[in-house]
Amino acid sequence: MSDAAVGTADTEAGEPRRKETIRRLVQGDLASLRVVVGLALIWAIFQFENDRFLSAQNLTNLMLQIAAIGLISVGVVYVLLLGEIDLSVGAVSGLAAGVMAVLNVKHGWSPYLAIAAAIAVGLAIGLLQGFLFSRFGVPSFVVTLAGLLAWQGALLQVLGSTGSINLNDPKITGLANIFYSDAVGWIIAAVVVGGYGAVLFFGHRRRVAAGLDSESLAGMGFRFGLVAVVTIVATLVFNSDRGVPLAVLILLAFVVGMEFVVRRTGFGRHVFAVGGNAEAARRAGIRVNGIRVAVFGIAGTMAAIGGIMAASRLLAVNQNSGGNELLLLAIAGPVIAGTSLFGGRGSVWTALMGALVIGSISNGMDLLALSSAVKFMVTGGVLLLAVLVDAIARQQRQGSGRV
Amino acid sequence: MSNGAPLLELEGVSKRFGPVQALDRVDFAVHPGEVVGLVGDNGAGKSTLVKAIAGIHSADEGTIRFEGEAVSISKPQDATALGIATVYQDLALCDNLDVVANLFLGREEVSPGVGTASRQLDEARMEHQTGELLSNLAVTIPSLRSEVGTLSGGQRQQVAVARSLLGEPRVVLLDEPTAALGVAQTEQVLNLIRRLRERELGVVVISHNLVDVFEVADRIFVLRLGKAAGEFAAESTTEEHVVAAITGVGSERERNGEPADGKSGESEEGR
Repeated sequence: MSDAAVGTADTEAGEPRRKETIRRLVQGDLASLRVVVGLALIWAIFQFENDRFLSAQNLTNLMLQIAAIGLISVGVVYVLLLGEIDLSVGAVSGLAAGVMAVLNVKHGWSPYLAIAAAIAVGLAIGLLQGFLFSRFGVPSFVVTLAGLLAWQGALLQVLGSTGSINLNDPKITGLANIFYSDAVGWIIAAVVVGGYGAVLFFGHRRRVAAGLDSESLAGMGFRFGLVAVVTIVATLVFNSDRGVPLAVLILLAFVVGMEFVVRRTGFGRHVFAVGGNAEAARRAGIRVNGIRVAVFGIAGTMAAIGGIMAASRLLAVNQNSGGNELLLLAIAGPVIAGTSLFGGRGSVWTALMGALVIGSISNGMDLLALSSAVKFMVTGGVLLLAVLVDAIARQQRQGSGRV
Repeated sequence: MSNGAPLLELEGVSKRFGPVQALDRVDFAVHPGEVVGLVGDNGAGKSTLVKAIAGIHSADEGTIRFEGEAVSISKPQDATALGIATVYQDLALCDNLDVVANLFLGREEVSPGVGTASRQLDEARMEHQTGELLSNLAVTIPSLRSEVGTLSGGQRQQVAVARSLLGEPRVVLLDEPTAALGVAQTEQVLNLIRRLRERELGVVVISHNLVDVFEVADRIFVLRLGKAAGEFAAESTTEEHVVAAITGVGSERERNGEPADGKSGESEEGR
């Protein structure tokens, strides 16, 4: 709180600020703390059951497994922030991968053009669904459910009679199969840590220059240390296996970039506003429908990018691409990690954290050779638990007069 | 309190919704540094009058003059451009955003950059301006970074009023600013209205609560069935006179004033 804001209550400045910090810790950061603790618990259990779980090789595999779903979830977070849902992201990811495969393999397009075309398909589908939803007021649930069926059909159509197309262009397969050497890995790690330090430093300097309170040096030091330690440990782990995977860098780049957009730009602020109170946003002069169309466009685009990543990892596109439980897991991930289904609350980091939780459960149960039956039931249980926690948190907010 | 020429002046303003004559040749004026209480029973046309000024429903006939010049207000942007700000009953705040974000909603300050996606919000500047504005208005909020949803009703109302001032308006319209507030919170909001008067703004307060109106208004303007039904200087009139004008019952019947509870709202006028 700045001194100017205190007005007549200068003497009480410390107390409400402390309360505010505590409240943020409890209601905001607790969600992220919750998911970190949950993840640690899951890792501990699986490591206890099978000591290969936390091996460098398995952790690298885990990161590769979650890259595609995490990318799709990045778009899902935006839709959830609006308080809407997009059930078509799975099907869109499959269709986009199909388009890329057909153009590259059957029509001989360059891999870059094929990838660009696939992303354009995802963007166009997202914009179309967003337009139908915002222009005609059809619930997003229904529009995207229709999309789910239609785009699955479109995938079958695109693949034609072959049903499955194998990918062999190194530019495409490399997305999920390139690993960087140790040296390059460390350079990347240094850039990440240095970049984060610079962001902290310049943010702090700006606030001080504007005469505002800034976070304490201890707090900033803690956050910097945390990021540095996580980065260094991750690099060590990757380097003792095959090296830092390109797929993980792509996922991280999208998470950081899209978090920047939603947290630091006017567009992102408007996404939160529409998700919190669309009528208030409209009266503030925000083009609510424009925001909605753009957000569904983002969801379609990220679904396509995730689909390309999945195809690259599988080295093929088939009729099942983008099917099965991919859709539900892509939506469940962010919710598990703390993005509210009710709109207006969440962060893009939940796409990564949620994918990690779900991926860890799936990976660990595979290591333990559990049956699909058990896997589905456990994952369903975790999702239900996460949604319940979200709903209870919302009830508590309403109980204390907040919506 | 009215000094000199009116800031905003309505002459013979009428508005008809189908068979309903919502406003019937109403003359109305606000002067700089004046608080006008706009009172009337449900359906008397208070909200219609405010909406005509705010550009939500343009008037069918009549003249609106702003600072002496005839103007046409056909959409909300027209009113905003003239310098008329409106604070609605339901506040239109985003509970999930903090005070700074709500104040600047729809007119965020951004740092220079290339392309919309890379243009960062200038949070430091917005927070600084918010702090200055709120402290000028002597509004006390626990923290500028509190989510608005965590604030009390009175604080929320004060944030909503403060937000309307960011555009440097000359006239502020307040729709039921004290509805559903406790005693202490009502007092905070009334104090804020007094500070708007000190800033030489023209303030129009719609309220059901005559006690609040008497406490803060310089002049009380009564609407009844869409027509002007009386205008009183707050200092030299009594609640009975105003109630009589609101209900249309002659004051000789000595009807005891029983101001309608503000909480009942005006749902049929639906803002």
